[in-house]
Parts: sequence; structure tokens; C-alpha cells
Amino acid sequence: MTVTVAWYMTLAAGLFSMGAAGVLLRRNALVMFMSVELMLNSVNLTFVAAARELGLVEGQVAALFVMVVAAAEVTIGLAILVAVFRRRATANVDELSALKG
Amino acid sequence: MIDSLWLVIAFPLAGAALLVFFGKRIGEPASGWIASAAIIASFVFAVPLVIPFVSGTAHPETVLVYRWIPVIGANVSLLWDPLSALMVMVVTGVGSLIHLYSIGYMHGDERYGRFFAYLNLFAASMLILVLADNFALMFVGWELVGLSSYLLISFWFTKPSAAAAGKKAFVVNRIGDWGFLVAVMLIFAAFGTVDFGVVFAEAPVVLTTAMATAITLLLFVGAAGKSAQIPLYVWLPDAMEGPTPVSALIHAATMVTAGVYMIARTAALFELAPASSGVVATVGALTALLAATIAIGQRDIKRVLAYSTISQLGYMVLAVGVTAYTAGMFHLMTHAFFKALLFLGAGSVIHAMANEQNMDKMGGLRRAMPWTFGTMVVAWLAISGVFPFSGFWSKDEILASTFAQGGFYYLLFAIGLLTAVLTAFYMTRLMVLTFWGAPRWDDGVQPSESPGIMVVPLVVLAVLSAVGGFINTPWRLGLESFLEPSFEAVTQAHPSSDLTAWVLVFGSVTIAIIGIAWGWARYRRDELPAETGGYWDAALAGYHVDDAYGRLIVAPGLAVASWSARIFDLRVVDGLVNGLGIAVRSFATSLRPVQSGYVRSYGLGIAFGALGLIVYLLIAGGAF
Repeated sequence: MTVTVAWYMTLAAGLFSMGAAGVLLRRNALVMFMSVELMLNSVNLTFVAAARELGLVEGQVAALFVMVVAAAEVTIGLAILVAVFRRRATANVDELSALKG
Repeated sequence: MIDSLWLVIAFPLAGAALLVFFGKRIGEPASGWIASAAIIASFVFAVPLVIPFVSGTAHPETVLVYRWIPVIGANVSLLWDPLSALMVMVVTGVGSLIHLYSIGYMHGDERYGRFFAYLNLFAASMLILVLADNFALMFVGWELVGLSSYLLISFWFTKPSAAAAGKKAFVVNRIGDWGFLVAVMLIFAAFGTVDFGVVFAEAPVVLTTAMATAITLLLFVGAAGKSAQIPLYVWLPDAMEGPTPVSALIHAATMVTAGVYMIARTAALFELAPASSGVVATVGALTALLAATIAIGQRDIKRVLAYSTISQLGYMVLAVGVTAYTAGMFHLMTHAFFKALLFLGAGSVIHAMANEQNMDKMGGLRRAMPWTFGTMVVAWLAISGVFPFSGFWSKDEILASTFAQGGFYYLLFAIGLLTAVLTAFYMTRLMVLTFWGAPRWDDGVQPSESPGIMVVPLVVLAVLSAVGGFINTPWRLGLESFLEPSFEAVTQAHPSSDLTAWVLVFGSVTIAIIGIAWGWARYRRDELPAETGGYWDAALAGYHVDDAYGRLIVAPGLAVASWSARIFDLRVVDGLVNGLGIAVRSFATSLRPVQSGYVRSYGLGIAFGALGLIVYLLIAGGAF
């Protein structure tokens, strides 16, 4: 049984769906962050798998970019989260609805 | 010199501007003298420009003052031809005399300066009207004289009747203005320009008879409004609420002749629409007769003169209707002299009688006021058409021109002749009731002659009324040849010059004498005839035309307006606006739950949106 690119794509789709479900269903901001990371990395997996399949380098490069951006995003996101937690003593996003119209 | 023609308008306009702002500070009598100086300056400036036309050495000219809307031919440019020159002479000449008279008449009025500001404004507006060389500028003057007329009729606006009269004049005039405006629009639609020169030159080629008839009839609606013809004459008798010099200047000598002038000016269009000319002539003759029969029954001296003015305007309109434009302009001029004189004389009488206008309370004034009496006698003979006073020549020319048209016009001629008898009769009635017989004055009234500043204009006008007719006699057609350059493109009706002319002349003098004798016999007696019941009550009330208009036009109009205000506006218009507001708000309220403030519900929206997009792209890309 050969492991084709379709396996990787299926795995990435599953991971992405799990991440999306996490973002949508969980209340805890920290867990939502982790879910976002899961989605980003599932996308990375598709990039890398497709690049390998097609013999191109651009996919690999895109994956590196995503990692960099994700690192930056996590840095800022976690900093905000810590600041919010200090102030409000909660990480529940439902309680952070001050900007509601 | 001709290039500065605009100064003729600028002098009174500047006077008006000065007096509006500083009239109160300048005070009495200086503001009166300033206003008079302004209008006299216009007259003096215009006289040397008229002389070349008299000697026949000049040609009509247009003077461009300011390029306003050149693309439609509407510029502030002035037309200087014999017709406008004659009007300028009448407006500034008679206007000057009336300004001077007002200095004395308005003595002691609270708003003395303001009065003269309005008088000057009127003079400037009227000069714009007569000097305009296109329909647009003429309309500007047309509206401005309407405005100044309104301001002056309701000058004593604390009197409710004066305020109402001003409003009435304005509204009735608006009906006429509507006709004029629509006519100008049709002209623009047909010619693409409103310039007199182009329109009159191209009219025979461009206009069909139907179009020409439509345009001229609408123009006549405008003329009927300004010149107080059936059915729009009702404002003029009420306009007598204004100060008497105003009645003399605006509602006798100048503004009301604007309609006659306008028809004469657009003679080239009327020539293409004989049917319109017939309508004009018929309306003129009927107005002349109707107003004369009402004038007989009036007891207020100014209202007699007001109806007399309507009647005389009817003659002028009859004249321009039978295409005797020179005769119409001739009567316009002589009428300006003798009717201004009659009004100023009446003003002098009213002044002396402590503001009493009812002729029942006058009588025997000829000894108390010799100058007023003497000058009024001249005007009386002139308007009655007694040889050789001015009214005789002009009225005779109109009647003879009508007679010369033949056919249907014999009927109009007969109406004109009948009106002439009635005119002589009611004027004799007015004179006898006022100046002859025993005094019927109220207690404490001690009439005496008016001051010199009021008498001098009377004397000047009396001289003009006496000899003014000689500028156009059957033997020496002075005015005819003077006006020739203005009417050379149109065919004019002429009185016949053979034996018939002589018969008509003697006929009309006889008619005048019959009228005078009839009035003299009826009123020159100790026991004045009681004038009540039947005809007299109807005539005093102006045949209840005002009531009829009130019931037929004003009342339904008010009902519609009230329905619009109370039902339509409140329920329908407000309902629509409020309903729209309520609908928007309730729709918005139903959408508010979407904005929950929960990030995950927004995220869900994004996820479904993305899913939808992917599905769409896959379908569009042909994946399924």
C-alpha cells in the first residue's frame, strides 16, 4: 500500500476541521489559540505535501513563512491573553464581549 | 451717449437703494427731493436721445450692458427704438411730475423715505421692462413692477384692506405672469432664443399659425393680468387702497399699460395670428364697456377713476387688437397725461377733504380749490373726447381704425362708441358731484387749495392733456411717423381718410357732448337723484364679480388647500415618512441578535462563508 499525497491531504483536512471546530466551540482563549495553531499546521502539511508531489520549492517556502507568521502571532496573542487575564481574571472569550455593538 | 443708456435705469435704481437704507435718516422732505432728482435725471438724460428719432435721422439700436445668458439670447441689453423711447418719455416724464407731487402729498407720513424708495424702484423696474431687448429681461422688469406695485398698494399695510388689496393684486397678476412665462417658454422652444430681433425676424418662417396663435394668446393672458382686462381686472379697483400718487403713477399712467406695450412690441407675432388679434380686440372692447358701466355706479372718487382706467385700457387693448398699434400707443400716452392728472386732482381733493373719498360728501369744491378744479376740467374734457383735447384725437383714432376693419368690427366699434357716451357721462357725474352743487362736507372739514408742489404737476399735466393730442392728428401724423421704425415690419390698421373719417369725427364729438349733457342734466340740480336699487347696487358692487370669483375659484382653492394640509399632508405624507422610519427600525431590531458579541458565532459565520465559497468555486470550476 503506497502512501500517496491524498493521504496527506485527508489528514490535513481532518486536522483543519478539528482546529476549526476547536476555534468555534471552545470558550477558553488559550485552547482557541492552540486550535488556530492546529489549523495553520494542517495548512503547512498540505503545502509541503503538494510541493513534494509536484517537485516545486514554493510550497516549502510558504510553509516556512506560515511558521514565522504563526510564531509572531502566538507571541502577540499570548501577550494580549496574559494582559487580559491579569485584568479580568478570566480567559473565557464569552466574557470578553465589551466591543459588542 | 447711447452707450450709457443704462444710466436711465441706474438713476432711479440708485435712488431706491439709497433711500431703502438711509431713507429714515435722510428724512422729510430731502428723501422726496432725492427720489425726484433721480427720476428727473433719467428724463433729462433720455430727452437728447429721443430727438434723433423725432427728426428721423436715427435708427433703432441695442446697447449691450452685461452678458447674462448669451446662449439663449438673454442678455441685459437695451433696445432703443421709437417705441421704447416713447415709453421711457411717458414713464420718466409723468413719473417725475408724480414724484414731485408726492413730496407734498406724503407730507407727514411715518415712512416717507420708504415711500420714495418704492417709487424709484418702480420707475427703475418699469424702465427695465420697456427697454428690454429680449423676453427674459422683459420678464424681469415685468415681475419687478409687479413687486413694486404690491409694495406700494399695501404701503399702508396696517390697514387690513390695504394689505389684502396688495395681496390680491399680486396673486391676480401671477395668473397673468404664468401666461407670459409659458409664452416665453414656447418662444424659446420654437426659436432657441428669446432675443426680440431674432424672434421677430424669423417668426414668419419658423411659426405655424397654430403655434403663433398659442404664443400670442398666452402673451395676451399676461397682458390681461397687467393691463387689467377681463377676466383679470378685479385687482385694479382694490389697488386704490394705495396712496393716490401710486394710483396715478402705477395704476393709471404706467404699469397697467405694460400689457398694451407688450402686445405692441410683439406685433410681429400677432400679425401671424389674426385669430388672437380678434380675441384681443373683443376682450378690449368688452372690458371697456363693462368697466364703464361699473364706473357709473361707484361712489368713491378713486374707484370711479379705477374703473375708468380699466375702461380706457380696454380701448388701448382694442386698438392693438385691431392692429392699430400707433393708435394704441397714442391713447396710452394721452391717457397717461389725463388719467394721471385726474388721479392727482382726486388726490388733491382727498387731501383737502381730510381723506374723505366718498363723493356724496363733497360738492361745491370749485371755489375752494380753483387750481385743482381748473386742471381737472381739462382732464374731464380730455377723457370725454371733446375737441381739441388730447383724448379726442387718440380715442377717435382707435374708433376710426376699428371702423375701418369692417365686418365683425362694426360691432366692436359700436361698443366703443357706447363706452364713449358712458365715459363722458360718468366723468361728468364725478365732476359735478365733486365740484358743483351745494357743499355736503362733514362737519369740521374746511377744504383749501393744496400746496404749490402739488399744484405745479397738475398744471403741467393739464397743459399736456390739452395739447398732447396734436402730436398725431389726421392731418399731421407725427406719432405715426415717429413710431414707424418700430412697426415697419407689420401691417397696421389705419383710419380711412375720406369722408367717413369726418363723419366719425363729428359723430364722436357729438357722442361726447351727449354724454356730458346727459350727466349735467341729471346731476346739476339741487335734489340729487337717489341711486339705489337694481342696477345701482349691482354696479356699486362691481356686479359681484369678486363674490363670484370668491365662490367659484377662491373657495374651492381654499378647500383643496385645507384638505391638503389637514388630511393629505398629515396622513399621507407624514404617514409615508413616519412609516418608512418605523419599517427601517423594526427591520433593524430583527437583525440585532446577529451581533451577539461572541467571537465564535462570528467565526462560525466566517467558516460557513468560506465553505460556501469553496463549494461555489468547486462547482464553477467543474469539479462536480
